[in-house]
Amino acid sequence: MSEKKSLGKVFYNGIIPENPTFRLVLGTCPTLAVTTSALNGLGMGAAATFVLVCSNIAISLLRKFIPDQVRIPAFIVVICTFVTMVQLLMQAFVPSLYESLGIFIPLIVVNCIILARAEAFASKNAPLASAADGLGMGVGFTLALTLMGSIRELIGSGSVFGLSVLGESYEPMILIVLASGGFLTFGLLLGVFNLIVKKIEKKKALKEVQAA
Amino acid sequence: MSLRISTAPHMHNPLTTQRLMQYVCIALLPTAAAGVYYFGMPALTLLLVSMASAVAAEFLWQKIARQPVRIGDCSALVTGLILGLNLPASAPWWIAMIGSAFAILIVKQLFGGLGDNFLNPALAARAVLLASWPAHMASSAFVKLSFYRAGLDTLSSATPLASAAAPEYPYSLLQLFLGQTPGAIGEVCKVAILLGFLFLLLTGTIQWRIPVVMVGSVFVWTLLLGTKMLDASLNTALTAVLSGGVLFGAVFMATDYVTSPITPFAQTVYAFLIGLIIVVIRKFGIYPEGVTYAILLMNIATPLLDRFLPQKIYGHLKKEAK
Amino acid sequence: MTMNVLLFMVSCILTHNFIFSRFLGCCPFLGVSSKVETSVSMGLAVTFVMTIASLFCWLIYHLLLVPLDITYMSTISFILVIAALVQFVEMFLKKSSPTLYSALGIYLPLITTNCAVLGVATLNMNEGYGLLQAVLNGTFSALGFLLAIVLMAGVRERLETSHIPACMKGFPITLVSAGLMAVAFMGFQGLVP
Repeated sequence: MSEKKSLGKVFYNGIIPENPTFRLVLGTCPTLAVTTSALNGLGMGAAATFVLVCSNIAISLLRKFIPDQVRIPAFIVVICTFVTMVQLLMQAFVPSLYESLGIFIPLIVVNCIILARAEAFASKNAPLASAADGLGMGVGFTLALTLMGSIRELIGSGSVFGLSVLGESYEPMILIVLASGGFLTFGLLLGVFNLIVKKIEKKKALKEVQAA
Repeated sequence: MSLRISTAPHMHNPLTTQRLMQYVCIALLPTAAAGVYYFGMPALTLLLVSMASAVAAEFLWQKIARQPVRIGDCSALVTGLILGLNLPASAPWWIAMIGSAFAILIVKQLFGGLGDNFLNPALAARAVLLASWPAHMASSAFVKLSFYRAGLDTLSSATPLASAAAPEYPYSLLQLFLGQTPGAIGEVCKVAILLGFLFLLLTGTIQWRIPVVMVGSVFVWTLLLGTKMLDASLNTALTAVLSGGVLFGAVFMATDYVTSPITPFAQTVYAFLIGLIIVVIRKFGIYPEGVTYAILLMNIATPLLDRFLPQKIYGHLKKEAK
Repeated sequence: MTMNVLLFMVSCILTHNFIFSRFLGCCPFLGVSSKVETSVSMGLAVTFVMTIASLFCWLIYHLLLVPLDITYMSTISFILVIAALVQFVEMFLKKSSPTLYSALGIYLPLITTNCAVLGVATLNMNEGYGLLQAVLNGTFSALGFLLAIVLMAGVRERLETSHIPACMKGFPITLVSAGLMAVAFMGFQGLVP
């Protein structure tokens, strides 16, 4: 990186401008699979954030010692260590959440977001900046998952975080919490996100033209 | 407007989209009338709601997206009508509304509008409704009681195929043919569907190949495999063809130009496989009926069929000659 | 026996399709499905790797991790096995079959991080499958992936000429298509008792 960015900027970068879910479209499998409820989305996001921050710090610390040729396997081993830690911790303290996230906890290892940040950021930056980057990306991922989980839970079960919102008379659209509903919700959300980004960019361009 | 539906088999037939859609509407009239006759006012209400919401959804989308408004081409009307005919008469009005909106907005307009959708909008919407509100989509207890045999008036199932609890098949072939059975509004009366088929053939709106091959395939496969509750026999095969949505699907939904293959050979394969999938789902799946899913699955495979099957059956000979 | 294998195959390919019902392997499904030819190559490469990965991960788990009572190391050992296998397959193909290598080569590194591979190894472990069943699960699930990605590629080639709204182009419309395809695949529910 040529210019030093402030930690705050690095952190913010992962939340909106390079949101891993809505802007980079990485880690689609967990995004689609576990967002059947807001709580699951939040839990998955938190687990991934923990791994992301820890692995970013570790890889950043080790970046001068890891030979370039074997860096990918080395990254994977580091990531895998933290994933196993999360797995054991969740199994011990939040067993019900661990059950409902199921196979997608060990699969955090192959979540492209984490490897991508290791490769693109942590292996080139200092530990503190890497931690900020990991936290930003993680929070961005968590927000996206929680948003999608809330929307799907609201439409598909009439509640958010388990609290009934739409009342007894609402007949939930079950499809949305099924597999196809995941694809549909994600696709439509991405479309809406694109639309908003475009509107903002148009406004910016208009302002610049007016300023000039 | 461009007519991207004027593909190979219809080149000789200079029909506009509007004219085609009007013909389909006319062909659907007997079916709709029979549905209203058998199921009464609830059926009429559902059909009107689904048609109105389909046209309204199309209008709103085209206004918001600042496109020229083309509800005059009747394609949204046809989608709404077909969706309505695919619902059981007992479904609440909002099911028809959501279904039509989904069909028009998500299955059709998001993909670019008429001619660009890869799935039949009405069918995709029906599958979505079926997955979302199975209870509303399955019951159809509105059949006039006089049509039931004694003791069967509590029966409420999507199609006669679902009445697995009945020790023997409760409907005669004649009853199936006339439509004196439970089922979706449009699929029960086979006479009306055949009238529509005849009209579509005579006006050149559709070709005979897809409906005939598809129905034939259901017949042959049932003759070989049987159904969940009936052993394989000639009577079973005839019953299978006349039950559920086979005829309605074959005439009005599998033939959709936009979502079915172009070349005759690909059309034959397409229709044959639809028949096979229907019979497999009916015999082994958890759903009593598979017409919707079978046609949707082959809609998905249509681009591959068009691309990889030879243009003509003897196409490879032509290649050698080059 | 044959009947059981057939039923298992139908279950893996249609009923519990990796993409449309389990959400495994979505990244390559969305990323490498724009052309039919490349999607076929990707699907075949995945089939190849998933089959042998199922075999080796099963062996490692049952012959090494279980006897040593270190099953908590499963994830890390599986991913190492997969990474090593992919590397090995790549070298092997390069030497023995350059044509196949040029067809599959660029996809092989991608497969290491394809969650379908690690997913099938973990599923085999969680379900307690025997060796044969684990390997068959690997092959059949991968064939389900192949079917899904090729169908998707066919649809996407068609979408190229469509008038899709600008904000929906690319990922969004691909996801919506996948959602609608998943609805159609629901018809296969319950095919296997």
